[in-house]
Amino acid sequence: MDQSNTLRSGPDEDGHFGTYGGRFVAETLMPLILDLEEHYAAASRDEAFWSEFNDLLKHYVGRPSPLTFAPRITERFGGAKIYFKRDELNHTGAHKINNCIGQILLARRMKKTRIIAETGAGQHGVATATVCARFGMPCTVYMGETDIERQQPNVFRMRLLGAEVRPVSSGTRTLKDAMNEALRDWVANVEDTFYIIGTVAGPHPYPALVRDFQAVIGNEVREQIVEAEGRLPDTLVACIGGGSNAMGLFHPFLDDPDVRLVGVEAGGEGVETGRHAASLTAGRPGVLHGNRTYLLQNDDGQINDAHSISAGLDYPGIGPEHAWLHDVGRVEYVSVTDTEALAAFQLCTELEGILPALEPSHALAHVAKIAPDLPADHLLVMNLCGRGDKDVFSVAEALGVEL
Amino acid sequence: MSNRIDARFRRLAEERRAGLVTFVTAGDPNPAESRRILADLPRAGADVIELGMPFSDPMADGPAIQKSSLRALKAGQTLAETLAMVAEFRSGDDATPIVLMGYYNPIFSYGVDRFLEDATGAGVDGLIVVDLPPEADSELCLPARACGIDFIRLATPTTDDRRLPSVLRNASGFLYYVSITGITGTRVGESDVVAGALARIRAHTTLPIAVGFGIRSPEQASRIAETADAVVVGSALVGAVEQAPGNAAAAVSELVEELKAGVLSARGGARGGRA
Repeated sequence: MDQSNTLRSGPDEDGHFGTYGGRFVAETLMPLILDLEEHYAAASRDEAFWSEFNDLLKHYVGRPSPLTFAPRITERFGGAKIYFKRDELNHTGAHKINNCIGQILLARRMKKTRIIAETGAGQHGVATATVCARFGMPCTVYMGETDIERQQPNVFRMRLLGAEVRPVSSGTRTLKDAMNEALRDWVANVEDTFYIIGTVAGPHPYPALVRDFQAVIGNEVREQIVEAEGRLPDTLVACIGGGSNAMGLFHPFLDDPDVRLVGVEAGGEGVETGRHAASLTAGRPGVLHGNRTYLLQNDDGQINDAHSISAGLDYPGIGPEHAWLHDVGRVEYVSVTDTEALAAFQLCTELEGILPALEPSHALAHVAKIAPDLPADHLLVMNLCGRGDKDVFSVAEALGVEL
Repeated sequence: MSNRIDARFRRLAEERRAGLVTFVTAGDPNPAESRRILADLPRAGADVIELGMPFSDPMADGPAIQKSSLRALKAGQTLAETLAMVAEFRSGDDATPIVLMGYYNPIFSYGVDRFLEDATGAGVDGLIVVDLPPEADSELCLPARACGIDFIRLATPTTDDRRLPSVLRNASGFLYYVSITGITGTRVGESDVVAGALARIRAHTTLPIAVGFGIRSPEQASRIAETADAVVVGSALVGAVEQAPGNAAAAVSELVEELKAGVLSARGGARGGRA
């Protein structure tokens, strides 16, 4: 890719962002992902595809989501002017649905008749089950047993939507194992099955196509902030697990060097404790789930457990485009702890009347660190990528409250 | 060093019989018992040994090999330890080919150059790395070939005639035909369908073809041995380890002997040029 003019042209034809990405999958799956790549290339050139996508985003998802000035948070931090991109107001309560709409349209175009997905917190599972109900397609969602325990409401939601939730008892019983199991299902059902991956990871072309479907977030922010303030923002902040909401927000701004981009990883109990999910802060490059990227791993190349209070960030890897943006220095990556995220969750609820998910609470916790030192005319946009209703039980437990 | 894989398949062809390829996971159920299992395999009837390099996230494997990998890792197995096991085996057996099988990340983490140097030194003959398709040949396949280590390719029912040439381009040693679309140890392809697939592949290559994924019994092994150059059994063997962790070497040997009898009963029991 030509890095001299633009940072937005990746990946190359083999799916690489610098040395990251690629297609590290078993031979059985290779013809499938090559087929997907071909169909996606054709779809992206097809105006009818995008017009159906945009129509569904508008009338089914409820986009564009508002860009909301947060007056009391701004006042409390006493520095930068803070805006929230309200993707928690989307149908199903998070940004995940943007990508699911795009992928199910692709699945229909490819004449696939069955959908599978992996989920951690359950948000991607719910979004997938939702689009499957909307289009009348059978849906199987793989979810680690550990996550099922801590996300019961979402499990019930998926079942109400008609999806089969298959508990995954292998490995550490969390998101990475759910992804392993979904890949195993796909290998065994190659003829009729489409795998809707929930984040900007996996084998090429997934990181690129998920990014393209999520880029609606950043594209809307560009228009909305110009309308509100007459200029582009100074700083964008988003939380990162696999990194799809952050990539969707950042990508349209990669070639605007004056816009500072900050990705916030889950620091769990503290990066120094080893119990965290901060792949870029504390991991190193490796190969998992079809792509080369930063991974939490031990000296022998075995994948470590990730830990976060937020099930949605609890993944030991990160999308390969983030790995590349980290290495080239275009995006800053930081981490905040469970405790800091919990405090931000409460602050946002009390001061703005918005219950954020624990995932964007991480982003807000970092905003709390940087905003006070920034001038009042500094425009900061944070992606409020999910609502917190699903998290009230986890939060109650963390605060020692019995419901 | 002569190529042990080529020599072994040449001998099998001369004897007009199929070979038995056995898969066990290095370090399962523990380092000491795993060494005994490995040492006993040739005597029990293994013609080629596939030794699994355990990985925390074996995406292409079924429950039996997943559990086996986790047992080995829990018992402290590392890639360095696996290479040491091969070297130790090699000091007592210079003929039985050993193929290391697993996933790329532990090798990438170890360092490709260092890994190839140590694998060559230990007496490794070939590699099967499940998540390195031909599109990624520059990662490990080409450097391994340059060191004289065979890179064994998997072909599957989804590998059509259009794709087969790229799968075969840098393949060496033998070709591993996965008889089903699916994960290891679940089911086995119908023998006539497998025979048809082998005929199709043989139009493209002269490499010997081993068939695996889901072969568990001597009867299944015998049916596949009618047409394949070798039969691969893995999940059933690591299942035997799981059943008898205290006595795994004996349990594995016993099953290998039965499977070998199955393989030898194929092709009218033709052996040693006596047919």
